[in-house]
Amino acid sequence: MAEYKLQTPLSDEDVSKLKAGDIVYLTGTLYTARDAAHKRLVELILNGEPLPFDLEGAVIYYVGPTPPKPGEVIGSAGPTTSYRMDSYAPILIEHGLKGMIGKGKRNQDVKEACKKYKAVYFGAVGGAGALLAKRIKDAKVIAYPELGPEAVREIVVEDFPVVVVNDTYGNDLYEEGRKLWAKQ
Amino acid sequence: MRRVAYEDIVKAIRDTIIYSTTHLSEDMHKALKEALEKEESIVSKAVLEQLLENAEIAAKEEKPLCQDTGLAIFFVKVGSDVQVEGGTLKEAIYEGTRRGYEEGYLRASTCDCFTRANLKDKVGYNLPPIIYFDLVEGDKIEIEFAAKGGGSENGSRATVLAPAQGKEGILNFVKQVVSDAGPNVCPPIVVGVGVGGSFDYAAVMSKHALFRDIGTPNPDPELDAFEKEIQEELNKLGIGAMGMGGTQTVLAVHIETYQPGRMCHIASLPVAVNIQCHSSRHAHITI
Repeated sequence: MAEYKLQTPLSDEDVSKLKAGDIVYLTGTLYTARDAAHKRLVELILNGEPLPFDLEGAVIYYVGPTPPKPGEVIGSAGPTTSYRMDSYAPILIEHGLKGMIGKGKRNQDVKEACKKYKAVYFGAVGGAGALLAKRIKDAKVIAYPELGPEAVREIVVEDFPVVVVNDTYGNDLYEEGRKLWAKQ
Repeated sequence: MRRVAYEDIVKAIRDTIIYSTTHLSEDMHKALKEALEKEESIVSKAVLEQLLENAEIAAKEEKPLCQDTGLAIFFVKVGSDVQVEGGTLKEAIYEGTRRGYEEGYLRASTCDCFTRANLKDKVGYNLPPIIYFDLVEGDKIEIEFAAKGGGSENGSRATVLAPAQGKEGILNFVKQVVSDAGPNVCPPIVVGVGVGGSFDYAAVMSKHALFRDIGTPNPDPELDAFEKEIQEELNKLGIGAMGMGGTQTVLAVHIETYQPGRMCHIASLPVAVNIQCHSSRHAHITI
């Protein structure tokens, strides 16, 4: 288990050195999107239309934050369950997406896309929304404001703590961790 | 007949919602600390430490513990000698929910299940809540509230077993549900199990079982032992905190049966499993 500090956008070289179980502190810009936004992003790609942000090297954070109180940058902002984005993620990865942050298992298609196009899936600690929000320094809605918590936001993070769950070599932290500790 | 003002109920519910979504309950706090002591995996220990730190930050900044501030769930016992003045009890619960979520800067997470459009403008901010009413003796209104997140709800399941499958069948079903859910439901978890009643009521009981404070024994000694047996079996799965591998996957198993008599139909054995993530936000108020 290694520890890295990485700056976004991520390069092939950045993600290739990561292994499942590594701890990574991300600094730079992330984009937030959940199911509804993913559906729209994929439609844009299929129609050959431009996306609201540059996918090349981008990291998407699966989160639907609570509304910020006056004076706050963002409300509580922990990860949501990632499998709901599984049907959309491979095409985004094919078009340059290098990282996804969420919680929970991914399907085989996403894992294959991570291997083929060099991308990683990071896990953040679910239910740690107040703690993770402290690492978010700026946030603005850049697309689909009508989706409310599900709008696409550009957020700036500093040392945002994540763990590599699926790396570019087909390893899966959830499977490995469970095998290590299962008692039957 | 005791009279209670509509506005008092609204305010009590509003305040309870805001407090319980920003302050980790005492029982959960204690359970997470104990899990941290017992956990052997370094990765899972680190997760548990983050969760305790998160609870500190949330309380200090009065910020929601988790961004999924859930559906508002209520179990309400209404005494036969109490009357609400100035509106109905149901209206008061709706209004208290709306105000709690909107004024507390909590998330509006209700949507049309077909179009997926948020209901905050059409129905109201995070409305409607889910309410179970029960009629009891006395002049009090007892309200149990939970903010139930979607992630752990998505890993919950219900079935109807054959009576011959008995306790072994129940254990196997619970094990299957928790194993399949794995990291998705934000472990360490509390597992609510409803056994008996009818197909639908087993699910209701599995949800209500989550309201019992962790560490409070089941009043039925046989079920208390069964809860501990199931918990031990589940912790052998090795899922760990946030599914990263470890020994502390399940903080408690709570079983509820239909009373009186642990009733179910002679032909059936309904079983429901409702999973509660570590961000268990529940509260109890008596008015």
